[in-house]
Amino acid sequence: MSSYPAWNPDRGRDIVAAHADTDGALLPVLHALQAAFGCVPKEAVPVIAEVLNLTRAEVHGVVSFYHDFSETPPGRRTVRLCRAEACQSMGGAALAEGLLQQLGVDWGGTTTDGEITVEPVYCLGLCGVAPAALVDGEPVGRLDAERLAAAVGAA
Amino acid sequence: MTRVFVPKDAAALAVGAEAVARACAAAGAEVVRTGSRGLLWLEPLVEVETPQGRRAYGPVAPADVAAILAGAEHPKALGDIETHPWLAGQTRITFARCGVVDPLVAPDFVGLKRARAIGPAAVIEAVTRSGLRGRGGAGFPAGVKWKTVAETPADIRYVVCNADEGDSGTFADRMLMEGDPFLLIEGMAICAFAVGAAKGFIYSRSEYPHANATMQAALDIARRDDLLGSFDIELRVGAGAYVCGEETALLDSLEGKRGQVRAKPPLPAHRGLFGKPTVINNVLSLATTPWILAHGAQAYADLGTGRSRGTMPIQLAGNVARPGLYEAPFGLTLRQLVEEIGGGTASGRPVRAVQCGGPLGAYFPPSLFDTPYDIEAFAAADGLIGHGGIVVFDDTVDMAAQARFALEFCGIESCGKCTPCRLGSQRGVEVMDRIIAGEAVAANLALVEELCETLKFGSLCALGGFTPYPVMSAIRHFPEDFGSAPKREAAE
Repeated sequence: MSSYPAWNPDRGRDIVAAHADTDGALLPVLHALQAAFGCVPKEAVPVIAEVLNLTRAEVHGVVSFYHDFSETPPGRRTVRLCRAEACQSMGGAALAEGLLQQLGVDWGGTTTDGEITVEPVYCLGLCGVAPAALVDGEPVGRLDAERLAAAVGAA
Repeated sequence: MTRVFVPKDAAALAVGAEAVARACAAAGAEVVRTGSRGLLWLEPLVEVETPQGRRAYGPVAPADVAAILAGAEHPKALGDIETHPWLAGQTRITFARCGVVDPLVAPDFVGLKRARAIGPAAVIEAVTRSGLRGRGGAGFPAGVKWKTVAETPADIRYVVCNADEGDSGTFADRMLMEGDPFLLIEGMAICAFAVGAAKGFIYSRSEYPHANATMQAALDIARRDDLLGSFDIELRVGAGAYVCGEETALLDSLEGKRGQVRAKPPLPAHRGLFGKPTVINNVLSLATTPWILAHGAQAYADLGTGRSRGTMPIQLAGNVARPGLYEAPFGLTLRQLVEEIGGGTASGRPVRAVQCGGPLGAYFPPSLFDTPYDIEAFAAADGLIGHGGIVVFDDTVDMAAQARFALEFCGIESCGKCTPCRLGSQRGVEVMDRIIAGEAVAANLALVEELCETLKFGSLCALGGFTPYPVMSAIRHFPEDFGSAPKREAAE
């Protein structure tokens, strides 16, 4: 379903170890794991704790605190659609509702074919070209239903 | 070969700048990628180098490129963009180079050289005399903060740049990091020199992948070319937590912890990152110091009004005809900003409300549009300038929904450390739902007001403490939107 490789404890340990000497290493470590595996799976927590000399509870507490980190990988494509005020003022809420309905998912959900994940985001700094989204990391703005469908379908 | 300048700013990319750049290259032009000039309704805005100077066109589509390069008369021609009223009316200090230069060519660090020539104490004195106040929202005098850090004994001190620009309607930090990253680097180096810091961190956002890439590339160049001597700057990226824009939550996040707010005291200036004295300043605050050093504190202090000195990069966003970045001395009225400069709404409908200062800022009705853009004047009107964002709404906005969203957002983003914010936000959403459904409206509005008092005075930081601004301003200025459901039914 996901385009990311499955969790691999050896590779995971190498990634954590590469940051072990960094001050305040945990966020850089979690970002690196998520980049490699698409998520921070439960199995990674004891490995991180051991290498960074933290408790599992501390690691879990941090993973669960931040919206970005997920225990399961996203679909092959990710749409981060802005829900904040500037996009609201340009019809963002109706746009979002339409997309979710069209894909048959809720916020944070992935289509049943594993293709597209839709994540809420609160401001992409694209407030002058609202409503806006990041589709697979690329910004798209001045969205209407048509432009959003094209971006989600074609990118 | 014709040289053309095409922005690589994320807002320009969002409306097709990449395809335009490719079309220019395919047509044989030499393409220089820049930041954005900030006239966002004209993006993608392309400038062509001619013997008479740069000539601008916008908004450009790939199909326009051939005609533009041929120099033909073109309906999208804007002439010399610097003479465009929207740009000519500005006082560009912090954004003087943004959109003009290649962001990855290191400039001469004139301000840093001047700092080294006059010594740390004189640098702090200059920043203090300039009247520069923190541009992140709190408005604390930058010089006072620097002096405190410099005078606190320590084996190591840090400079932390708060680039966690989470307020909706703001994008100045992003634009600067994409358009002129070396200005921020120079500002951090000046600060480090002044306070005796050995290490700097920039804490940015995962929502800003393009800004992060440009910033990192600039830092790599600074390191490679040894532009900063023994001072080193590291870029760190947050993970989607709005509250990490609060300075103490940011420090905890940098330390690898949950981004939870710290109780103050101790101030970060005394005990900040890893327990060491730390200057933590916004991108715009730091990036303004090179100009102050290069041109003198008095030149900066001569601009502005009251205790709000200098310029503010104001960001016009949302439902506005001419969105973008407008840097001007403090003191313009909200009406000038929204109506004259912004041109009213994008939808062409009447302006009903503007939210100033992000999701924790108040909603202003047109009857308050004569308020001058000044930190104290906004506070007197029960609002805040914050980080300089202004989001415009037309008359289709439902202010009860906006008030509900403010409480919902507070709940989603609460770090959970203090009870008023963690629980008050949830209860607030429930009460607001009852008001929207028309249940015991007067009693429930009184309850919301009481809850807002608790949030305002009982919260540890601005997330809970300022959520009452949007909620109460919506209720106060737009009472007709609250609990009118039964009335509407009766009327039908």
